[in-house]
Amino acid sequence: MDPINFVILASILFAIGAAAVLLRRNAIIAFMGVELMLNAANLALVSFSRMHGEIDGQIMAFFVLVVAAAEVVVGLAIIIAVFRARQTISLDEPAELKG
Amino acid sequence: MVNAVLFWIIAAITVIPALSLLFARKAVHVAMSVVLVMVGLATAYVALGAPFLGMVQIVVYTGAVMMLFLFVLMLVGVDQREELKETIKGQRWIGLFTAAGLGAFLVSIVGRTALPTAEVGVQGEPDVIAIMLFEKYVLVIEVLGFLLITAAVGALVLTHTPRLKPRRTQLEVQRDRVLMGANPVNKPMPGVYARHNALDVPALDPEGQPIEDSVSRVLKTRSQTQLGEEYRAQLEDPSRKEGDR
Repeated sequence: MDPINFVILASILFAIGAAAVLLRRNAIIAFMGVELMLNAANLALVSFSRMHGEIDGQIMAFFVLVVAAAEVVVGLAIIIAVFRARQTISLDEPAELKG
Repeated sequence: MVNAVLFWIIAAITVIPALSLLFARKAVHVAMSVVLVMVGLATAYVALGAPFLGMVQIVVYTGAVMMLFLFVLMLVGVDQREELKETIKGQRWIGLFTAAGLGAFLVSIVGRTALPTAEVGVQGEPDVIAIMLFEKYVLVIEVLGFLLITAAVGALVLTHTPRLKPRRTQLEVQRDRVLMGANPVNKPMPGVYARHNALDVPALDPEGQPIEDSVSRVLKTRSQTQLGEEYRAQLEDPSRKEGDR
């Protein structure tokens, strides 16, 4: 089966992740949506690496993996800081930040 | 080329659990489903000739990142309710429409492209990846090192709570208690008569009177205390049987 099918699969996963970010109010679930989008991008990179017969795509996916790990650490720390300040992780609550 | 059966299995164990991101109510269920998605993606990487990346995916994502998510879920409380009231009117339909449109757009574009596939794919074995990383991309690796250190320090700073008052030592606690008029010595133990589990019986002072303080306050509130007269009488006159008053 052609590796382009994995790119289609990655597109579907990316759309699901984007829908989760747009629809869910729970900060942790929305954050998992971001993770799913990053992983969909990784899957596309690895598929393209297979199609071109070059290793560079896998290296790029590895870099995305490392950046995603750093992003998770800081994001979850922010969620915990918000939870300490206002006892909720709903994304609608800190709306008073807007001017 | 990838086995078609394997492709459909991977598609099933990634897309179906990923849908729980939209429909599952409890965040823990979502986290466990995403773990399954990550395992499916790792399988896809191995099938596409990236065994090192597949292993890293399992170690980093299912092992570290999703468990970190679970830890934070336990920390903020599993029962966080998600309110269904919309702050932006029609946000649900706008969001769903946008995401579905994005998906349809991407799928239609990708489905229409025809890219040549290399006959011989590369195998992303660890030694190949390592040579590439530390020769061609060595500067990027160093920058990523900085990024990881910054992220770790950032997480420490964000979750750090400063101590508002100085820590109270044991000496200060004890001094405050005495100043508040507390008795500086221990309360007497409840009376122990040899034939009774006597936590509910008050101890006797040297004159033979019961000491009220020696019985736990909780037992007194539940009115589960005894006076101990029965046992005192038995001690004074061993011929008396239990139950005589």
